[in-house]
Amino acid sequence: MANPGGDAVCNGNLHKHEKQSDGSPSGNCAKNGIVKEAQQNGRPHFYKPIVESFEEAPLHVMVFTYLGYGLGTLFGYLRDFLRSCGIEKCNAAIEREEQKDFVPLYQNFENFYTRNLYMRIRDNWNRPICSAPGSRFDVMERVSDDYNWTFRFTGRIIKDVINMGSYNFLGLAASYDESIRTVKDVLEEYGLGVASTRHEMGSLDKHEELESLVAKFLNVEAAMVFGMGFATNSMNIPALVGKGCLILSDELNHASLVLGARLSGATIRIFKHNNMQSLEKLLRDAVIYGQPRIRRAWKKILILVEGIYSMEGSIVDLPQIVALKKKYKAYLYIDEAHSIGSVGPTGRGVIEFFGLDPRDVDVFMGTFTKSFGAAGGYIAGRKDLVDYLRVHSHSAVYATSMSPPVAEQIIRSMKFIMGLDGTTQGLQRVRQLAKNTRYFRQRLNEMGFIIYGNEESPVIPLLLYMPAKVAAFARHLLNRKIGVVVVGFPATPLAEARARFCVSAAHTREMLDTVLENLDEMGDLLQLKYSRHRKSTRPELYDETSFELED
Amino acid sequence: MDFKRVKDYFSWLYYQYQIISCCAVLEPWEQSMFNTILLTIFAMVVYTAYVFIPIHIRLAWEFFSKICGYHSTISN
Repeated sequence: MANPGGDAVCNGNLHKHEKQSDGSPSGNCAKNGIVKEAQQNGRPHFYKPIVESFEEAPLHVMVFTYLGYGLGTLFGYLRDFLRSCGIEKCNAAIEREEQKDFVPLYQNFENFYTRNLYMRIRDNWNRPICSAPGSRFDVMERVSDDYNWTFRFTGRIIKDVINMGSYNFLGLAASYDESIRTVKDVLEEYGLGVASTRHEMGSLDKHEELESLVAKFLNVEAAMVFGMGFATNSMNIPALVGKGCLILSDELNHASLVLGARLSGATIRIFKHNNMQSLEKLLRDAVIYGQPRIRRAWKKILILVEGIYSMEGSIVDLPQIVALKKKYKAYLYIDEAHSIGSVGPTGRGVIEFFGLDPRDVDVFMGTFTKSFGAAGGYIAGRKDLVDYLRVHSHSAVYATSMSPPVAEQIIRSMKFIMGLDGTTQGLQRVRQLAKNTRYFRQRLNEMGFIIYGNEESPVIPLLLYMPAKVAAFARHLLNRKIGVVVVGFPATPLAEARARFCVSAAHTREMLDTVLENLDEMGDLLQLKYSRHRKSTRPELYDETSFELED
Repeated sequence: MDFKRVKDYFSWLYYQYQIISCCAVLEPWEQSMFNTILLTIFAMVVYTAYVFIPIHIRLAWEFFSKICGYHSTISN
């Protein structure tokens, strides 16, 4: 990848580089049994079967959901009519008087939705909190006097709300205690700001230390860290691919990947979520037909996937993607924002979850914001890739480097997970997270809720469907001192509004039981137990008719 | 006691109606407007049914009995 003008047809020789020297990783990856074994064998022959469900809603639920949106839309038109007549005051953004004759700015569906549907239930989003996002947090109470157009704080604080919404998988985002002392020491020594970029004078020994630790953690040759997770994706993809390259992107990829892919100028094609038949069809077409019109071979083909998809809770089907990537000689870029630290027996992400060789993936990307309780992101992989990015990535050239206390917090968390702090607490946290996840998912399933995703993913979407239920669900649960995240239209399909629980290792069994008990009552009150254990909405078998015949 | 249970049941029913029809998210005046429209339509349907269904049933009865009677005379 460091040689973009190289061989156009062959997308890199995947096994050309030498085997890693045994000395460096093995010493610190003593617990990393599966990955090491897989590497030594050359090819592991057992992959974990993927158990994922995307249960279809009963018909009457979908009918009422659409009727509900229909009613909201009707009243939205009525209100818009009243506003344009001047009967009602318009609180939303409007064009100025002198702009009226130009192209209308606020007439598309998104604006209509925000103004007339989202605004009615806006109090369930963006609630301000005033404590560390640990397993319990404090929420600031607020009320609205004009139906959610403006809010007013009452000054009261809702104490000790159980936090089911933060991506604090290992419970490492917590308020100050003795274990964070090293971060304080670094703050005293280095200060906060670096005031330069990595490319120029902003490389500190803390960054070097962190990068070697990340490489060790992931069992790869090299790694590079960036100060912002979102920019890690959106600024590094353009450095890796460009015009004449092809990006195959999962339809549910995060906005940062989408932005990066668009900025790169490469051709983007979307495959169905986690659907290998769809991906293979695109890969085969790309190899056979090449670039449109000129029919030259693509310079590079890059597959963009995520480890855990944050809205669906599904885990990428990595063994099959690796097999496809090897077959068609494409590159693989995997965004482990949610999966690093949270899945796999020792928290090393989806690679360890499936027991694959880290060299099978070309570019590892991940963030430190979730499991590590800090900020920033990393790119890891082969040394030549990382060296190339050090020179060419916009994040390295133009962005101020990571603040040293943040780097120290990541180092501390990573050592904690790896067991380098001399305890097994980190490992216990990872185990606890897996245990909590299985328990929570199993109980929700038993209660009859429709939940999406892989049974081992700590992101658990619970389907609510109807817009009024979304609002009622979040309000009732906050009254019962449980903070949940509900997700609606722009982030999900219109009819599939959901609540998203994020299980943490910091949740005790009592907390989970309290939440489950309340969810059970909510499910009965709001009639949320839709599940009939029907077939998946995304069946494994691809629709055969959309294929060309095999030769 | 029994009265309270019936009342609870009806308030539960009304809550379900509000949640499922999505009028729980509307503002009070919109809600009353929606309820009024819905009630009016319902009342009109009931009234129309009351007025016209007996007539239709009688006509249908006459029509079918005539056919049946006609057939029965042929078969004899």
